[in-house]
Amino acid sequence: MSEAKLSLRDVWVRRRGSDILQVPHLDVLPGEVLAIIGPNGAGKTTLLMVLGLLERPFQGEVLFEGEGVRGRELSLRRRMAVVFQEALLLRRSVLDNVGLGLGLRGVPRRQRQERALHWMERFGVAHVARRGSRNLSGGEAQRASLARAFALEPEVLLLDEPFSGLDQPTREALLEELAGVLAETGLTTVFVTHDRDEAVRLGHRVAVLLGGRLRQVGPAADVFAAPVDEEVAAFVGVETMVPAHAVGDAGGLARLEVAGRVIEAVVKGPLAPDVLVCLRPEDVVLAPPDGVMSSSARNRLPGVITRVVPLGAQARVTVDCGFPLVAVVTRRSLEELGLVEGAQVMASFKASAVHLIPRPTAS
Amino acid sequence: MTWRRIAIVVALAGLLALVATACGGGKEMILATTTSTQDTGLLDELVPKFKEETGYNVKVIAVGSGEALSMADRGDADAVLAHAPSSEQALVDKGSLINRQLVMHNDFVIVGPANDPAGIKGMESAVEALTTIADQKAPFISRGDDSGTDKLEKSLWKKAGLDPQGQGWYEESGQGMGATLQITSQRGAYTISDRGTYLAQSSNLDLEVLVEGDPVLLNIYHVMQVNPEQFDRVNGKAGQAFVEFMVSKETQDIISKFGVDKYGRPLFIADAGKSESELGLQ
Amino acid sequence: MDLIWDGIREAFRILGTGDYSLWEITLRSLFISGSAVAISLFIGIAVGSLLAFNEFPGRNLAFTAVNTGMGLPPVVVGLMVAILLWRSGPLGQLNLIYTPAAMIIAQTIIAAPIVTGFTAAALRSLSPRLRSQLYALGASRLQMLWLVLWEAKLPLLAAVMAGFGGAVSEIGASMMVGGNLAGQTRVLTTAVVLQVSRGEFAPAIALSLVLLALIFAVNLILTTVQQQEQRS
Repeated sequence: MSEAKLSLRDVWVRRRGSDILQVPHLDVLPGEVLAIIGPNGAGKTTLLMVLGLLERPFQGEVLFEGEGVRGRELSLRRRMAVVFQEALLLRRSVLDNVGLGLGLRGVPRRQRQERALHWMERFGVAHVARRGSRNLSGGEAQRASLARAFALEPEVLLLDEPFSGLDQPTREALLEELAGVLAETGLTTVFVTHDRDEAVRLGHRVAVLLGGRLRQVGPAADVFAAPVDEEVAAFVGVETMVPAHAVGDAGGLARLEVAGRVIEAVVKGPLAPDVLVCLRPEDVVLAPPDGVMSSSARNRLPGVITRVVPLGAQARVTVDCGFPLVAVVTRRSLEELGLVEGAQVMASFKASAVHLIPRPTAS
Repeated sequence: MTWRRIAIVVALAGLLALVATACGGGKEMILATTTSTQDTGLLDELVPKFKEETGYNVKVIAVGSGEALSMADRGDADAVLAHAPSSEQALVDKGSLINRQLVMHNDFVIVGPANDPAGIKGMESAVEALTTIADQKAPFISRGDDSGTDKLEKSLWKKAGLDPQGQGWYEESGQGMGATLQITSQRGAYTISDRGTYLAQSSNLDLEVLVEGDPVLLNIYHVMQVNPEQFDRVNGKAGQAFVEFMVSKETQDIISKFGVDKYGRPLFIADAGKSESELGLQ
Repeated sequence: MDLIWDGIREAFRILGTGDYSLWEITLRSLFISGSAVAISLFIGIAVGSLLAFNEFPGRNLAFTAVNTGMGLPPVVVGLMVAILLWRSGPLGQLNLIYTPAAMIIAQTIIAAPIVTGFTAAALRSLSPRLRSQLYALGASRLQMLWLVLWEAKLPLLAAVMAGFGGAVSEIGASMMVGGNLAGQTRVLTTAVVLQVSRGEFAPAIALSLVLLALIFAVNLILTTVQQQEQRS
């Protein structure tokens, strides 16, 4: 625990009589990027404010490098930097804005401007240095906000949905630039977002926050492939969730009965009798009903397409195999395989792609 | 929170500094007088002289007689110069005022438009003139502010057995003599004014003196002290000095010459030392 | 009509010569109203920021009180302050009645709600996240306050101008607590009334012109600063 950069212990945040955040235990490890994801209203921003020492919890402790923060909030805040969803620039030149944090710490003017310009170049906004802050596009403003934060050379960086308000191309560009800078500097970072893709792209570890509580914290791969309960599963993008009943278990391979079909899943450890079968749409492959399957998937289920939803360059296809199964395919495949509603297909997935969540035994 | 405390401390400090500058104490004196007295300009000449001789800084508060005497009755003034004899006497009887001395007098006149629609010009009796105005329903402006002038006017209506209040031709300005004369002039109405204020403003007015000389129109000024025994914070020494100053020979000389260069005749007649009965003759 | 033309001509002559203690009275007006506004600014910032940023029970009531204060008739304020400061009143021993200090107090009571109300509104109009961002950048409470005030400086300037306008043009309170004493507590407004009551219109017009010019100048400053801001 003493190796964590920031820690929360038994933290409760109350507002207007209701609990909006309850975190018994959270560590932010030095050098890692921790992505906090959750739906709107889950309490992510509140969590960030508590970590950034911008809000005092109703109960509980915040620790910086293992020691309580009480009494030294200001000096610790000066070792961190926060980027919000809006750039929140003051009415002055962009350069003055980027150097603001440095000015507050008493850095002399010349140095301030040098550092500010350096980071503005890094984030590609050096050319607007002299402009008034009101005359920037959303993307330029957020770049300036990032430059402002990095110019402080903080020990911890906190970002609250920094790209949510930007258009897609800008968002993607900035995400890449930020990922690059973070990899280079190895800065301890907490990144709050509701976008799963951003979390996966940037985060070493992912924390899922639902209803004010941390449901799962772990490496990104684990959280997304093996969500710990139904709600987390739904949030991390598991779209196929069906109740199933265990009918056999041999050598790490379980057999499960679901809606009259039998599927196989890889299990480690004991198997609960009643489970929820979870499948990510990316792990389901669709093929024509009688075609030769090139994959080695153990699970093959024939079914009928009930729904096709195009989403940009991809499409979500729902197949009824006795239970609804969701797959994602490219538009090209959609056309090539002739996937339309009512068509017959063969859906297949690997046993290792199946994730099981134990359920309390039903009637 | 500290900066907020600093802000409040600074604000209070500012106020305290102001308070400190204001504390003059011993050499300050408040004289309650009437607007008509001040408007004649007499005090502009006398007060600096008083300051030169005695060192007292006089704050001349000019309000209506009613308010001036009410100030005295609260101990909010040190001396009073007024011309409402019966009200003054009441306060002397009460004990709020002491050392009341006759200073000077002038008279009231009834003024009105040159063409005199009510036809009162030259009448010898003020009461008769007012009765005529009432009969004719000629427009009349009253001070209506409980001042010495106002009290005199009301006493004349009473003597005439009339009650003009509420009648269309009778209006109350509620203001000082100067303002009331202005209104009277603009409306082509009649009013009662002390001669001093009228003379001082006559060049700006379309009014003429129509009735004068009636003994009831005498306007008698007294100076008096607020009783220092009755109220805390009354500067008894200053009050006494002022009374003595006003009845001194030098001051009385100044009074009897005041206004001659401007109006050709003095605005006041100096009376210190006389008894009131002597004033019946004018 | 002649009266007015003569008056205006004479007024300009007086402006040139400075008769009737014109400039002494003007300076005193500036000093008294300026002091009142300066003190109001401190009060306005302290109370206005409290109202704008902090949640506390009775906050709505406080806002209502400030708004009511803005509409207080000055003459009523004058009467209340006079009653307190008269020798016969509870604060009589301060000997403040009929002094410039008393006028500053009365004018502060008149101007403070105006400045406070405007300041609270100006601070409220700033983005609510801004303060968090400034704290996050490492601002101390004092630094944050300074930055926020500077950011809202235009509406704050308007607040000060409104307060000054109210203070310098009021007459009832100044008359009652000041006494309109020549050389001590006479200001532009009370001097105008005195001259009019004496029938001396030319100096009254001259004093009025100075008062108008003063208010105009003050508003000119505000407009100029506003325009500069908008251009940048």
